[in-house]
Amino acid sequence: MTRRRAFTVASQALGGVAGAAIVLPAVGFAVAPIFHRGKERWEAVGPVGDFVADTYRQVVFTETEGIGDVGKTTAYVRRGSKQLGEDPKQMIAISNRCVHLGCPVRFVEAAGNFICPCHGGVYDFVGKVIGGPPVRPLDQFQTRIRNGQVELGPRYSVTSQLEPVRARDPGEFTGGIWEYLYPPRPSTFPPPSG
Amino acid sequence: MKLDSLIPAPLRKPAKPGEGNGAKGAAPADLKTAPPQRPSDAARLGERAKEAPVDVLAWVDQRTAATGFLTGMLFRKVPKGTNWFYTLGSATLFAFIVQAVTGVFLAMYYTPSVTQAYASISHINNDVFLGAFVHGMHKWGSSVMVILIFLHMGRTFFFGAYKYPRELNWVIGVVLLILTMTMAFTGYLLPFDQRSFWASIVGININGTGPIVGPYLSDFLRAGPELGATTLARFYAIHMLLIPGALIALIGAHLYLVVKLGTTAPPWVRAERPKAAKPTSPVDAG
Repeated sequence: MTRRRAFTVASQALGGVAGAAIVLPAVGFAVAPIFHRGKERWEAVGPVGDFVADTYRQVVFTETEGIGDVGKTTAYVRRGSKQLGEDPKQMIAISNRCVHLGCPVRFVEAAGNFICPCHGGVYDFVGKVIGGPPVRPLDQFQTRIRNGQVELGPRYSVTSQLEPVRARDPGEFTGGIWEYLYPPRPSTFPPPSG
Repeated sequence: MKLDSLIPAPLRKPAKPGEGNGAKGAAPADLKTAPPQRPSDAARLGERAKEAPVDVLAWVDQRTAATGFLTGMLFRKVPKGTNWFYTLGSATLFAFIVQAVTGVFLAMYYTPSVTQAYASISHINNDVFLGAFVHGMHKWGSSVMVILIFLHMGRTFFFGAYKYPRELNWVIGVVLLILTMTMAFTGYLLPFDQRSFWASIVGININGTGPIVGPYLSDFLRAGPELGATTLARFYAIHMLLIPGALIALIGAHLYLVVKLGTTAPPWVRAERPKAAKPTSPVDAG
């Protein structure tokens, strides 16, 4: 290697290091939210007595803090039903976010179904897909009872057999190979065990 | 001819043979019967004033030597059969300029904050002088730009103008198309009304359906697992800083290649061979 070439390589390497010192932190700054998990938050939505097993009660609570009404989300909450083989002490909170592309679904009492206004997705009483384009059952929120109040916690998704998995965005399949094709994001909370 | 005198000599279109006051012009009048009048000071000052713009241009040209480039670009040859379809690219560029100008002025009144965005758009539409008009130009202009860029792409495709040696310009054009769509997508959220909110949710979720990288892309766009406080600011920064910069740079490259390579004739115009190259015998024609 000649002296001239050594200096050329050295000055280019130095330029590369200087460039990386600026670009890498800037890119890291922009993509950091992907790897950040917020604080787990629970919110009381009403006394236990308000909820029954054979229909849903609509509640609104804050999912993202600090942005006013935009951070609020809607859940449909009921008590576990013996007829469906669920624990009557357990509360079930179903998210109103359609898992097709994220529009808000509505529980239609007369039909006993969740119906999405955007592209015609239909879910049955427990949230399983019975029509339209959705790819998996409706998401749910973790529930617990504190001081006689029902509290809702982090969101989680379910497989077609209603087994809890980490929260996925709408449009993403769950279960089987899809757990690898749509990897769980570090920004979501682990699903409830059992 | 009057207009021509305002253009500096190197920028003027060269006279064709037989035109202009060459050697064949009228003979000069007899100096004895009509001696030249010495112009008054006022007249001379007027003459100087008329020369001023030329002097300014000449001053700039002396320091930039831009005339060579400008004459090459402005008086470049275009093929026979060039028609109105060839204006679609310029029309798209014009739509982009309209978006850039109106966007800059909208940014003077807009607040990219979750709690204030909608109020600031209402303020622009209802209170600011001509606010609804400028906002309307930006809103409808975005659709115009998307329509024009697709028509321009169709023209290029159906005229076969993407073929050698213009493949790279086609690739740049496709990147410009994608960037334009990204502009349309990120701009849609900014008014922050119900429609833009839910349309953006749907758009972000469509991004998320891409296998493996999709979920991370969604998180990147939202700056988190849910649409949050910084999502709007992120879309705003992408919409008014990141993509416009890339668009301007790539439009420059696109135009450079258009000027450098020239345009193609429409497919129904057949190339004429020079006479010397025409086959003279059946053997040559074979």
